[in-house]
Amino acid sequence: MRQLFITRIATLHSPLGWLLFALLVAAVLVLMPVLNRVVPPDSFFHVPNWALTLMGRFLCLALVALALDLIWGYTGILSLGHGAFFALGGYVMGMHLTRNNFADGGVPNFIQFLGQSDWPWFWVPFQWFWFTALMILLVPGVLAFVFGFFAFRSRVRGVYFAIITQALTFAMMLLFFRTETGVGGDTGLTNFRTLLGFSVRDADTRLALYLISGLALILSYLLCRFIVTSKLGRVLTAIRDSESRVRFTGYNPLRYKLFVWTLSAMLCGLAGALYVPQTGVINPGEMAPAQSIEMAVWVALGGRGTLVGALAGAGIVNGMKSWVTAVYPDLWLYFLGALFVFVTLFLPRGVVGLFDRFFKRGGQA
Amino acid sequence: MSNLRWLLMPALCLALAGSLLADEPTAEERAEALADAEQEAAPGPTDGLADDTAEVVRQFASSRWQDVRDAINALAELGDADGLPVLLALQDRRLYYDQDERVLIEDPLDGELRDAISGASVSRDGLELSEPPLTNPIRRSLRPVIGQLQIFSDDVNLRRAAAEELADRPQAAMLPQLQEALEQETNAEVQRLLRIAVARLQLDADDPEVRLDAVQTIGEIRSSRLKGTLQNFLRTDDDGEPLESSAEVRQAAQDAITAIERREQMARFFSDLVYGLSMGSVLLLAAMGLAIIFGLMRVINMAHGELLMIGAYTTFLVQNLFALHMPQFFNFYLVAAVPAAFLVTGAVGILMERGVIRFLYHRPLETLLATWGISLLLIQSMRSIFGAQNVRIVSPEWFSGSVQLMQGVSLSTSRLGVILFAFFVVALVWLLMTRTRLGLEVRAVMQNRQMAAAMGISANRVDMWTFGAGAGVAGLGGVALSQIVNVGPELGQAYIVDSFMVVVLGGVGNIFGSVFSALGLGVFSKFLEPVTGAVLAKIFLFAAIIVFIQWRPQGIFALKGRSAED
Repeated sequence: MRQLFITRIATLHSPLGWLLFALLVAAVLVLMPVLNRVVPPDSFFHVPNWALTLMGRFLCLALVALALDLIWGYTGILSLGHGAFFALGGYVMGMHLTRNNFADGGVPNFIQFLGQSDWPWFWVPFQWFWFTALMILLVPGVLAFVFGFFAFRSRVRGVYFAIITQALTFAMMLLFFRTETGVGGDTGLTNFRTLLGFSVRDADTRLALYLISGLALILSYLLCRFIVTSKLGRVLTAIRDSESRVRFTGYNPLRYKLFVWTLSAMLCGLAGALYVPQTGVINPGEMAPAQSIEMAVWVALGGRGTLVGALAGAGIVNGMKSWVTAVYPDLWLYFLGALFVFVTLFLPRGVVGLFDRFFKRGGQA
Repeated sequence: MSNLRWLLMPALCLALAGSLLADEPTAEERAEALADAEQEAAPGPTDGLADDTAEVVRQFASSRWQDVRDAINALAELGDADGLPVLLALQDRRLYYDQDERVLIEDPLDGELRDAISGASVSRDGLELSEPPLTNPIRRSLRPVIGQLQIFSDDVNLRRAAAEELADRPQAAMLPQLQEALEQETNAEVQRLLRIAVARLQLDADDPEVRLDAVQTIGEIRSSRLKGTLQNFLRTDDDGEPLESSAEVRQAAQDAITAIERREQMARFFSDLVYGLSMGSVLLLAAMGLAIIFGLMRVINMAHGELLMIGAYTTFLVQNLFALHMPQFFNFYLVAAVPAAFLVTGAVGILMERGVIRFLYHRPLETLLATWGISLLLIQSMRSIFGAQNVRIVSPEWFSGSVQLMQGVSLSTSRLGVILFAFFVVALVWLLMTRTRLGLEVRAVMQNRQMAAAMGISANRVDMWTFGAGAGVAGLGGVALSQIVNVGPELGQAYIVDSFMVVVLGGVGNIFGSVFSALGLGVFSKFLEPVTGAVLAKIFLFAAIIVFIQWRPQGIFALKGRSAED
């Protein structure tokens, strides 16, 4: 069995693909830390700490794009609510970090304002890291499972599904904006200090978080690749192309959709949890419908139905965003808006599709 | 502050009535009308005062608050309405006296000083003006006296305001005057208030018969402000003996309280219902355009909120145009804004349809992304043009104020206007869809595109006009929203999710399903709000809609037959 599993892993990519994959992994996990630590600060190739943290955040967002591509690109279910899962993972991590701040007793202001002198019940278990780690996957996972179960069972599809997921994230946002919900209201959770005894502001911890994000992304990528190249992946693609025919062939789409939907939400939660200690804040704004729609455009720009495309899309849009909002803050929305229109009108298969076309044309000529 | 408002309210009503008749109210003229009204309200001090009144008025020239209080009480005893301007001036801090102890009133409009007794204009030169003290106890004793003097005014609004004050703070000495006023009164509302005042005073009477009468009167009027007073009748002292000796009166008080509570419940129910309908019509106006674009054409228009926003900004532009070029017609800018907003947003809609959406009819999810992009572009353009701040919209006079629907239930005129406007828009859409050539073609194309095309209808052209009409209707929603919410570039963002919920709940493809779902959602959330608070009510409704869609994916009013197939 063990041997079989390894050969199965080996078939995930062609030899050339594995080579490229290894190069990318090396660039993320080895080259960047070396450029950050070994290369002297005055060198042109030096990567400053802030840039490393920024890239760590991009890795998390790329993980979101991966999760969204799995559900939209491969299964054809557009979710406009992935921001909710991302933020839930972030909140779980944020709650743990906030508890760490008050390890010696005392409660934060927003709980005192509610007239309570002690932690509410749902805060109590977050003092343990193992519980937090479990909840990072379970909270988004369970919400997605319950929501997906009812939605898919009654065959809510396509546009309707997109709209009710948007309502989901909108309702969650309203819920978390309330101070009475007990997770910080509109300021959210911030001012984190330590994680597992390490200071989150420390450069070493930042580097470790970057590496963990990179590792999480690589492993998730392999998992997604494994899924989409398996028989399960074929069924998912078939559901995307024609759900009725899949049903008539004897498959029950409910289980497949539910599985991939829940998995996608869990990956999103993981991304959120890694994102929060690197950003230093989580607030309900992350659940705004606009955030979730922006996630969809990462995938659309990169190219739906190709995992690499999703990663590339997240990188391109967020890189542009960091640059444009710093240099021409007023132009960003024009740019993003035009990008939405342009991509849907002229790049239905995204950047990857464009790349393929040029590549093939070159080959033919 | 509240004093001032209390004083200005009737004046505003008068100004409103005056301006509607005069037909030419610019801002200055409005101010003038307002001042006129105030002067009418406070009979001009030009005629000179009677001697005994003049004697009392002279006492106001003092820096001791006791003197001022005595003067007020003396005026109350005289009951001479000519003393009213002095009291009003005192209340507004427009009353002065000079070194010769002459009492002077500052005119609210031109700021001129007039002698309070002779009414003659006085030059400010060489005067050392002092103000009589206006402490809180003085303010408190001032109000009922003003009420008492105004209760015989010829103006019904003034009488109502005065009676309102008297019903809140009646003073025993006024009883005979109140009874006299009650006999003369013809207006039902003022009568009601006066009866409250009288009954309130009679509750303390020594004669149990009179007390019984008063309690029964209160029970009849069912005024909730007297509930607490009545409850005192049911209290017992420390020995368990009832404070009220007459069992009959106690029973009557009990009955009256029950009646009052029943009335309160009813008022609460109706006010929830009315407010719910008002909220529902806002939702309906916001969603009506989407019911055409998403409901009929199946285009996921995420820029719908921005169409509302453009409608609101068009209203803003029309308002400014009126203020600049035809201030005499300023009150009617809303009437002009309606077609203007329809045309402007309709044109924007047609541009969107021709430029982007028509290429995406077969890819609904991509339409969603593209229209979201358009919405970002529109938001940012509005920011560039008008700035990120909210713009100032002034509702025309006839659109501000409030209407009392029943005892305890009043609704601002703008809310009521929005309800009526919602009906107008629904009627308009109904006419458009069922009574015009375009409506016929739209329905044909939406039911069966190929067949309609085979019959010689240009489906392409119908798409364009339908989208334009839907966008125009959204613009009408924007006109309504501009009157009740802040108008800024993000106006539409708040309505996009709500609008989709309304259409999905009502049943896609069924415009009139949206009418029911919008009104239903509004009423439901108003009834939930007292229990849960506004935010939780909204969350519950969203949860309920999500569950509802599981149960009936096609909405409340599902289409039947062939067109229902996906």
